[in-house]
Amino acid sequence: MKLVIINYGAGNIKSIQFAFKRLGVDAVLSNDIAEIKAADKIIFPGVGEASSAMKMLKESGLDTIIPTLKQPVLGICLGMQLMCNSSEEGNTKGLGIFNVAVKRFANDVKVPQMGWNVISDLKSDLFKTIKDKEFMYLVHSYYAEKCDEMIAKTDYQVEYASALQKDNFYGVQFHPEKSGIEGSKILENFLNL
Amino acid sequence: MLTKRIVPCLDIKNGRTVKGVNFVNLIDAGDPVVLAKQYADLGADELVFLDIAATLENRGTTLDMVLKVAEQVNIPFTVGGGISSVEHVDALLKCGADKVSINSSAVKRPELVSELAEKFGSQCVVVAIDAKQIDGEWFVHLAGGTIPTKIKLFDWAKEVEKRGAGEILFTSMDHDGTKAGFANEALAHLSNLVNIPIIASGGAGSIEHFVDTFKEGKSDAALAASVFHFGEIPILELKQKLKENNIPVRL
Repeated sequence: MKLVIINYGAGNIKSIQFAFKRLGVDAVLSNDIAEIKAADKIIFPGVGEASSAMKMLKESGLDTIIPTLKQPVLGICLGMQLMCNSSEEGNTKGLGIFNVAVKRFANDVKVPQMGWNVISDLKSDLFKTIKDKEFMYLVHSYYAEKCDEMIAKTDYQVEYASALQKDNFYGVQFHPEKSGIEGSKILENFLNL
Repeated sequence: MLTKRIVPCLDIKNGRTVKGVNFVNLIDAGDPVVLAKQYADLGADELVFLDIAATLENRGTTLDMVLKVAEQVNIPFTVGGGISSVEHVDALLKCGADKVSINSSAVKRPELVSELAEKFGSQCVVVAIDAKQIDGEWFVHLAGGTIPTKIKLFDWAKEVEKRGAGEILFTSMDHDGTKAGFANEALAHLSNLVNIPIIASGGAGSIEHFVDTFKEGKSDAALAASVFHFGEIPILELKQKLKENNIPVRL
């Protein structure tokens, strides 16, 4: 199994690498297009601001490569958001893999949402053995709206898509690498897809 | 529903935990990794490591500790103490810290908050504020509450929010160590004033104090050290009691 974490300069990838190491899998950090294309499974991470992350993707040419990948790809947090059509953050045009817009939480709640919230209506093998309303750790100010590609939802004043899937592309808004044993199970499920 | 967070705080010196910690039979209570794992298993939602003797010389030791914690612990953690530059934060985040907490360095140079938020995102920037009441008004203090400033707590909170802080860790020096409850009035005011999460710190002595800080203090998270370290308040029992009081928690 060759697992690659796309390393384009955005965010805390060490934690993701460590989470897979705890599962006994050595993940390779790479921004090399050939190496990414040759991987069995790919993690697309991201923490930070959408427009600058998108800029970094473009600089490495990854913006055109990622949508063409055929193997399972898991976007985490901002990674998932960049896989959507657009984001209100920095008026960013996304990769357009998921047909949904990313919006900012309204100011009637604390922004960012920070902490543990539940995921429900789970609809994918990614969530095998995960119970409905399991707690996951989230830190984000922007969210993907509910849509056809939604495979999990979360409620933070508004109900939104906390996970998405289209074909071989998966995205989770929460941080499975920081969500205890249950989060770790989701990463394991991804490896088993 | 987003749950309220329980956050044990561990003091670090030269990469080792200090203050006796004896809530379970640990082989090595000074090992931050062992303690962090234990707390994660016991139901802590997040951890804070505070480097109480941070110097330029022992920075490497702390980074090494952060790396080891990130390697083994599967819940989020914040690192604070002696952080005053973008480069230092970059190194901490690269070692696997989820958030950093800055305090005096932000008061001395508020631009640091903006720089960190812009470079790394607000989600990893915690501004810790130590404050004390002087003639009925809250003032920011430095160096563990020993040095008063002329900065008013609520003005400072507004400013760090504007500069991009993702969270505020508010310690009332009037309550810290008293075990008489959190500074709920000031906390509630803070929570209404800014639109970012507030972590309550200082004064935890009983389960009731946690109930009060979430209800009256409107806190989003509560931090404590000794009541957890000495097993006076078991985290699981605390969370069960919070749940009985209709406070959303992860159980």
